[in-house]
Amino acid sequence: MDARSHALEAQIPALRRYAFGLTRDHAAADDLVQDCLERALSRWYLRRPDGDLRAWLFTITRNLHISNIRQSKRRGLHLAFEEGDEPVSQGAQEHALGVRDVLDTLDQMPEDHKSLLLLVGVEDMSYDQAASILGIPIGTVMSRLSRARRRLRELLDGRQPVSLRRVK
Amino acid sequence: MTHDVPIGEDDLQAYLDDRLPPKRRGEVDEYLARNPAQQALVDKQRGDREVLRARLADKFAEPIPARLRIEHIRAAQSARRRQQFSSVAAALAMIAIGVAGGWIMRGEVAPGRVAPDAAFLASAVNAHRTYVVEVAHPVEVAASDEAHLVNWLSNRSGRKLETPPDLSAFGYNLVGGRVLPSGDKAAAQLMYQDSSGGRLTVYLRAGGGRNPAFTFDEREGISTFTWTDAGFEFAIAAELGRDRLLPIAKLVYERMV
Repeated sequence: MDARSHALEAQIPALRRYAFGLTRDHAAADDLVQDCLERALSRWYLRRPDGDLRAWLFTITRNLHISNIRQSKRRGLHLAFEEGDEPVSQGAQEHALGVRDVLDTLDQMPEDHKSLLLLVGVEDMSYDQAASILGIPIGTVMSRLSRARRRLRELLDGRQPVSLRRVK
Repeated sequence: MTHDVPIGEDDLQAYLDDRLPPKRRGEVDEYLARNPAQQALVDKQRGDREVLRARLADKFAEPIPARLRIEHIRAAQSARRRQQFSSVAAALAMIAIGVAGGWIMRGEVAPGRVAPDAAFLASAVNAHRTYVVEVAHPVEVAASDEAHLVNWLSNRSGRKLETPPDLSAFGYNLVGGRVLPSGDKAAAQLMYQDSSGGRLTVYLRAGGGRNPAFTFDEREGISTFTWTDAGFEFAIAAELGRDRLLPIAKLVYERMV
């Protein structure tokens, strides 16, 4: 395997984890990662040779995710009905036990909060990397992270302004 | 017990993530000892972080699906390219005729370098030069009316446009856009401006092959990058050096998905 394939494949487990955190759907997460890898290959020459490959791949993944969200919004909600099954069965089970699934809860938050919690909290990205992936200044990363963590706690405590996004 | 710098939310976040230097961590420890409510919140939030990590641990440990192997993705990509080749070849022949014409018109020949979009580049640069100096009416529709701008440019250029890329990280704010004739098609131009009045334009129209070659050119002080993507040709132009324009062009490229 050449160096480029090696470097890319080394990132796949983390990319799948991030994509799954964003989509909560195994197949959709793998589609997202596949799109990301295709794009990375076809735009390899755009990468700064000394650049941060990991941050670059996560940036691509996030941008693709955002553009998917926009497209499915435009197309209406039929995506959600296509498969017929809910991608959150595990979450639903835990609900029955009175435990709030953290991914379900995360899903009620805006995308940038979600991404920050995943990138910093799970992927161990530096604050600088998170800033470059989200395209925001580092100061904004810190205050947004602080807000996102407060908000996640509130939601897990059940102190939430009812979110309409979860209504099916 | 005095602290030179008061504890901030950034300190608490970095504390929670274990990223503070030891001295500062000690100061936050002292602060939290004096503020039990904050201590409780930090403990809970750290717990949330661990729960989220644990919830996703299985995903990370999964064997990666075969379809994500780089080798397979590459093979699929080159198969697609081979399929496209025959139809693209015919189009290239047409473009070659246009390019030859373009070079003759320009009265110069760039030796040894293939520029399949010379005509496109020329119209992008002309449009740039024409409107960056415009004071009274640099754009037809201002950025303040963004929804209308996006809709209108989408309808006229035939490309469903997203919100124009945000270039504020580079100090450029969107001024607005306009529609221009470009050959027998309509092209769209977006204009950005920095605080010193320096302007930058993004120009696009339907057409082009599927090869997203990213090409740099500089003429009369105007730097450009051109590329094609998803059946559209793009150009970004500004009076900037190559190194300063490149990261901006990359951002536009990424956002114009």
